[in-house]
Amino acid sequence: MDLNALAGCVSSSGCLVTQTSSGLIVGLLLFLVAAGLTLIFGVLKVVNFAHGTFYMLGAYFALSTYQFTGSYLAAVAAGCVGMGLFGIAFERFLISRAYGTNVLMQLLICYAVVLIFDDVVKMVWGADFQSMGMPPAFQVPPYFIAGGIVPPFYLVLIGVALAVALVLGVALAATRAGKIVRAAAVNPEMVSVLGINTTLLYALVFAVGGGLAGLAGALAAPVRSLTPGMGFSVLIESFIVTVIGGMGSIAGSLIAAILLGMIRSFGTIGFPLFTDELIFGFMIVVLITRPTGLFGREVV
Amino acid sequence: MRTMDGSGLRRRTLLAGAAGALAVPRIGRAQQNTVKVGMQSIISGAIALLGTSSRNAAQMAIEQVNAAGGLAGRKIELVVRDSKGQPQEAARIARELVNSDGCEILLDAEASSGAFAVQEVVRDLGVLCIHTASETSSLTADPKIRVATAFRCARQGVQDAIVGGGYTAKQATARKMTRFATCSPDYAYGRDTTKQYLDFIKHFKPDIQVIAEVWPKLGQPDFTDAITRLIQAKPQAVFSLLYAGDLSSFVNQGNVYALFTQVAMFNPNMGDYPVLNAIKAMPQGSYSGVRYLETFPDTPRNKEWGEAYRKRFNEYPTNWSWQMATAVAFLDAAAKKAGAADGKKMAQALPGLTIDSPFGVNGKITMREDHSIADYAIGWGNTVPKPPYIVDIQPGDWGEITELETEWKKKNGYV
Repeated sequence: MDLNALAGCVSSSGCLVTQTSSGLIVGLLLFLVAAGLTLIFGVLKVVNFAHGTFYMLGAYFALSTYQFTGSYLAAVAAGCVGMGLFGIAFERFLISRAYGTNVLMQLLICYAVVLIFDDVVKMVWGADFQSMGMPPAFQVPPYFIAGGIVPPFYLVLIGVALAVALVLGVALAATRAGKIVRAAAVNPEMVSVLGINTTLLYALVFAVGGGLAGLAGALAAPVRSLTPGMGFSVLIESFIVTVIGGMGSIAGSLIAAILLGMIRSFGTIGFPLFTDELIFGFMIVVLITRPTGLFGREVV
Repeated sequence: MRTMDGSGLRRRTLLAGAAGALAVPRIGRAQQNTVKVGMQSIISGAIALLGTSSRNAAQMAIEQVNAAGGLAGRKIELVVRDSKGQPQEAARIARELVNSDGCEILLDAEASSGAFAVQEVVRDLGVLCIHTASETSSLTADPKIRVATAFRCARQGVQDAIVGGGYTAKQATARKMTRFATCSPDYAYGRDTTKQYLDFIKHFKPDIQVIAEVWPKLGQPDFTDAITRLIQAKPQAVFSLLYAGDLSSFVNQGNVYALFTQVAMFNPNMGDYPVLNAIKAMPQGSYSGVRYLETFPDTPRNKEWGEAYRKRFNEYPTNWSWQMATAVAFLDAAAKKAGAADGKKMAQALPGLTIDSPFGVNGKITMREDHSIADYAIGWGNTVPKPPYIVDIQPGDWGEITELETEWKKKNGYV
């Protein structure tokens, strides 16, 4: 424990800027993955353990597209759209068959998909780690703001993630499709009875969830190593975010992801040897005081 | 030459097994014209690249020996098996290679966990074995673990730490650096080896202070918290043992923060082609140990060997490749000295044997009495973003290495 360092950091503008921006970037990338997870759970009550695979494949799609076209924009689009389509296929052909069955069957399907696609990645891209490399446009020195260091690339990622959060929030709150999704989360039978095509709706939810995870994988590809099985650690943290934020709440997962990023970022200064424990500790406190999570609804 | 991948039971294996049960093959084998050399390595999984590069080097070297007449007149037949990096599987395969496949010599290309398991099989069977990948010093340094017929043709952790410690201290003195931080993976290798390097760095430069330790988890996707912590601690240098994908993530994410313009990184693990080719933006002005480079030692023979390997397999050789090639060269020399391709006699011929080698610091490598090699090229240099990636390489002094290694052995009760 190094409280002096933490106090020193909080009272220095440079350290505050660096740590806050790094906490934001860690948190917002996590939010993109967790948002899909929580959306799928909210509407379908399916805990999608294969969500890490979406993230991994998104990164690999982006890598191949980047190598082929040399355009990071195309790479990100490929990761996002590709995984959106993959999400639809996954929903239609696999997980939809297990709706309403017990959770173990869903778990089994998801785990099978994780194992199969880890091996597919090994066959297609190889078992060794891969690295995309920073696109030339972002190979620039970082900004120094008030003595703190802020990388331009991360500013772009933060911007994209915040824009996604905004679009998602507005779409759910104010559009017809969003209202249907929220209605389906509360009472799917009634939505179906009203003549709304829930099959299409569920596929759409998986498309958005898959697309978001793929987007996160693609956005992070220039700085993170790509390995088969890379989705696993991201999945664990995303679950922590969804649990803290409240299963099914997009706003909750945004707040929880940013909180997690900040705990990591400032925790590493003040409590370098037990940052992970801080995160789990925080989760325990939330679960004891608010068992449904920060923004979770009471289950009726 | 035949290679056999996979470990499925085949008719031939069964037949050989049955023959083994009758306990007659040893007599029959001695009259055979070929000598079977068994090799097990990690040919599938995350570090399959290293195992494959070992196998390639073995094939290339054995073809050369065979073209020159073979091992004391007997052609070598290489039998390769995949252990998938699992120690119990490595031990099982080693036993099977000898007992069922009739191999008289083993080339063990396993990481340390597998090598220690194979060592016990070798002790039991009394077969000649050369370990070509394990770097854990105690495998040959500890007399309790040493085996009369087992040798090591690979760099050793303690030797790397001595050279790395000396080099780091020298650079730190030249650049007036005393404030160090560490950033190594959070498990036994990372923690133990970091301590070993720091001990030697402090031996050469006692005023080094370690002001921050960062221990990222193995395979963690994001190093931002580690990087920003290093930035806040304001060290002058970072000593790191990160490797492979973690090293690549750390370097890429560190570049985003311009970390390596603020601190000098010392990392022994960068100087191997798979890493150099994968890291897209090698930082300028960091320091790394050389594991294998065609430019070190900077001799025509080394360059020729590297180019031949690349032409043949369409990929770069690795640290495991030169070590395997050296092991085959030692087998050849030992058979010549012993006058027969006989494992027992070759094992007696090996200690003290010196061979010409493209990988020796002065063109020669010696198998020491403690069953491990000396005088191989070991050195550190500056990193640059473009090939040859590491320049101004300073070779370690083997006189000093031997002296400090002996001291280290005494301290650990090995001599």
